[in-house]
Amino acid sequence: MAEQEVSGWKKWVEESGEQVNFLGAFFRNVFTGGFEWNEFVRQCYQIGYRSFTLVGITSFIMGVVLTLQSRPTLVKFGANSMLPLMVSVSIIREIGPVITALICAGKISSGIGAELGSMKVTEQIDAMEVSGANPMQYLVVTRILATTLMIPLLTLLGDAIGLFGSFLAVNISDHMSWMLYFNKCLKAISFSDLLPAFTKTIFFGFAIGFIGCYKGFNSNKGTESVGIAANSAVVNASLWIFFLDVVAVQLSQILFY
Amino acid sequence: MERIKKEIEPKSNEIVVDMEDVRLGFGEKIVLKRVNLKLKRGENLVILGRSGQGKSVAIKCIVGMLTQDEGSVKVFGDEVSEKNETELKELRTRIGFLFQSGALYDSMSVRENLEFPLTRVLRMREQDELDKNVDEVLEAVGLKDAIDKMPSDLSGGMRKRVGLARTLIVKPEIMLYDEPTTGLDPITSREISELIMQMQKKYKTSSIIITHDMECARITADRILVLDNGEFIAEGSYKELESSDKKIVRSFFK
Repeated sequence: MAEQEVSGWKKWVEESGEQVNFLGAFFRNVFTGGFEWNEFVRQCYQIGYRSFTLVGITSFIMGVVLTLQSRPTLVKFGANSMLPLMVSVSIIREIGPVITALICAGKISSGIGAELGSMKVTEQIDAMEVSGANPMQYLVVTRILATTLMIPLLTLLGDAIGLFGSFLAVNISDHMSWMLYFNKCLKAISFSDLLPAFTKTIFFGFAIGFIGCYKGFNSNKGTESVGIAANSAVVNASLWIFFLDVVAVQLSQILFY
Repeated sequence: MERIKKEIEPKSNEIVVDMEDVRLGFGEKIVLKRVNLKLKRGENLVILGRSGQGKSVAIKCIVGMLTQDEGSVKVFGDEVSEKNETELKELRTRIGFLFQSGALYDSMSVRENLEFPLTRVLRMREQDELDKNVDEVLEAVGLKDAIDKMPSDLSGGMRKRVGLARTLIVKPEIMLYDEPTTGLDPITSREISELIMQMQKKYKTSSIIITHDMECARITADRILVLDNGEFIAEGSYKELESSDKKIVRSFFK
């Protein structure tokens, strides 16, 4: 048992070292010439546009549900006019970024892990490498940068759709005009809410792309490893999102409040 | 086929690949015990051996995908393991590697697969030039009509042909074939073997061909090496090895 524990720790330390190496290789390749613009744009389309519907639907439902769940409690205290304030702060500060990132971890990180994993299994990455091309630059740099750019944008869109969902939910039982609702929302949100929330989504995006690429690029040979790569990409990316969220919340508490 | 063989330039004595006493293991498993191999310019060298004997491992050392534990692997006179990343990349542009599966990039069409090494390795940018090279190499492998198809639309033999075209498009001096006819029917296998010979004539390459397919070995080999248990146990022409006194060597020819 003790030996197994040691071996588990050893494996964890080894993998952490490999991840640091992979991170180093990523940064080296970002700053060397020959950036793959076409592939980067293609990945932005795949990651951003293709995930928009899912993020939009989820955010809309999230806005509706959050409003419907919160309303009875606020009504009890006669504070139903505070509903837009509460919903907008919740969505923008926390729920929007985290839910969007988790959805993208499930969709994008697993997709990248499976795609690169199957490329590894079918020797496509090896073929790229032995041809003298740079698979790190073509496959990894483009995907990580695309997720780093697109997740914050998806989160902004998701937040807006979530607030729209909340507006509709408010109007199920009360009447509030569009202008009044959004005025209340905007009054409730300050720069210190927006900046940390937006900044953390950049790190979420990076984690989603990085974990997906790392797991796919380093998957073993054999079809089973494609599934393992996809699965562990989702699990690890989700854990990293929660971990980064805790750090971001602590830092924003120190810096902004 | 004999005619094609004779038309190929006479072999020079220049050694383009020189492996000396190469030893390589993974953990406790020693895959290559003591491998010695010399490939002359213009020569077609076939490596025979049972599965898991380290044939693919040996050729992966030549392109620097694996590094030997002991011994030396020299390509064009330079030690591969001593090369830095840039030098290794440069070396790899002079070596073509055809993978068993063809290893076509699934997300790209045939045209994009062929343009990939031209734009990334040779830094070719002009579309006219790209089209000319793509057309030329596709015509050579007899697949001009497949230019806009996706790899998933191609048969096994066609994938191998496109894989071969993609490797040859950068005009390598050495070609490494990892089981080029595995998984193909006898007729397509023969076509691929003949294509290898035609390409060698056209592009004047030196080749190492790993195969289990004796028909492929018969068509392509100038010289055959038999790898068993991590070392070469026999060397000679097809005819010489056919009547070898070693049972394991003869068993390949049955």
